Amino acid sequence: MAHYSFLHLTAAALGLGPRSGPVFGGAVPRRRYDVAIIGGGGHGLATAHYLAREHGVSDIVVIEKGWLGGGNTGRNTTIVRADYLLPGNLEFFGHALSMWPDLSRDLNFNVMFSPRGYLDLAHSDAQLDLFIRRANMLSLKGIQARIVDPQTLRDLEPALDIGPKPPVPVLGGLVQAGAGTARHDAVAWGYARSAHRQGVDIVQNCEVTGLKLEHEHIVGVETSRGMIETDTVVVSVAGHSSRLAAMAGIDLPIETYAVQAFVSEPLKPVLNRVTNMNIGLAYVSQTDKGEIVMGGSLEPLASYAQRGSVVRIGETASRLVHLLPFLSRVRLMRAWGGIADVTADGSAIVGPTPVGGLYLNAGWGYSGFKATPAAGWCLAHTVATGEVHPLIRPLGLERFTTGALLDEGGAGPYTWLH
Amino acid sequence: MLIIPCPWCGERDESEFSYGGPARPLPSLDADAAAWRRALYSCDNPMGWREELWFHGFGCRQWVVVRRHTVSQKIVDGRPPENPS
Repeated sequence: MAHYSFLHLTAAALGLGPRSGPVFGGAVPRRRYDVAIIGGGGHGLATAHYLAREHGVSDIVVIEKGWLGGGNTGRNTTIVRADYLLPGNLEFFGHALSMWPDLSRDLNFNVMFSPRGYLDLAHSDAQLDLFIRRANMLSLKGIQARIVDPQTLRDLEPALDIGPKPPVPVLGGLVQAGAGTARHDAVAWGYARSAHRQGVDIVQNCEVTGLKLEHEHIVGVETSRGMIETDTVVVSVAGHSSRLAAMAGIDLPIETYAVQAFVSEPLKPVLNRVTNMNIGLAYVSQTDKGEIVMGGSLEPLASYAQRGSVVRIGETASRLVHLLPFLSRVRLMRAWGGIADVTADGSAIVGPTPVGGLYLNAGWGYSGFKATPAAGWCLAHTVATGEVHPLIRPLGLERFTTGALLDEGGAGPYTWLH
Repeated sequence: MLIIPCPWCGERDESEFSYGGPARPLPSLDADAAAWRRALYSCDNPMGWREELWFHGFGCRQWVVVRRHTVSQKIVDGRPPENPS
């Protein structure tokens, strides 16, 4: 397979080199693998990539029910940021953000990471106090964040209506300069290509129907294309995590919710940064093509349907129109939804489970995309060495027994409030 | 827009209600820690029918129990809760 380079592209453009063919074909699963990864999204493919490259474990199969990156990897709003408050999440997402700038070079595939900056708006004194505390926590860990006043905000983002009499009060904001967006599909494709180059089998259109256990240890995966023997399984399936874990008799503190996003017709450049509004919740950014991408909070009812209610699109749009009045005259082109697994404390569950050989990468809610490289990195380390990577120790399933919860929002054990 | 069958008001729009989560019984006050952990953190999360609570805030201001399908979003069997919350 060709190594992408300037020379390769030039030769292909001039018709000199071989034309770029398919990057990998449809593998037929073998009978036995060292590791089976369930879920061919960014997280599963990243785990396969780092297992092969960093730990020399390449006898891996990635099993995907649909197509690569067709779940939440292809349904998010492509935002990459690290503005968490609690120790545990703080270090993990800080590390995740630090992996993005080099990802394209690392994978030899352009994931179009654009560190255009992230802006979180404070609309009340309490919110501003919280953001100052958060910025201090981030700075203590060496993660970039600063607080800006409304006058600076006007210079940074002239499109926001925060003039002398703004429709919604804006008291300041938290700016993270190194955050931004990335091409979400390319992340799945880049990891898949790189994993495949290192000998990983990627099987699409193959549904897992059961997990085979012997003496509380994984011995195989039953799929729609036959039984695959393995003693190590990584479950990385976002919204369907509860159902996969139930196949091994594990009861997860997770409920599944739909999240919607929608996109406008292309406009000239108007928004510099990814901007987050905190009256209710709405986030907005502009793609390289000029479309305005908008998203809001979870649909408030548990759902496995990859779509949501038009009522919620209206709610999010009406919030954003207060901040960006020109949006009221902009037409929407598309809306879509994905299903997110939300834990009882709102933070992810990553690491080993009570079942031997079964590892879990779940509960990301709607913060999974930005975590992709670090989740794969830490989980690969955990699977290969048998030692839980220090960055994901606070994210273990056992915290729901020990009580060491990571409740960023302070919302209590109510999944639909996270 | 979902249509929710309220046992007192009939079929009404979702926008009149707020979601109250799955109908799950709480353990007795003297239950052990494991039972409380299950009650607080475990989720059935079925892909199919489940019972849940909705509050008809912009209607009769009563809690109602319904059965909803988590894929098709069909809602049936609106009835009053046994122990009003």
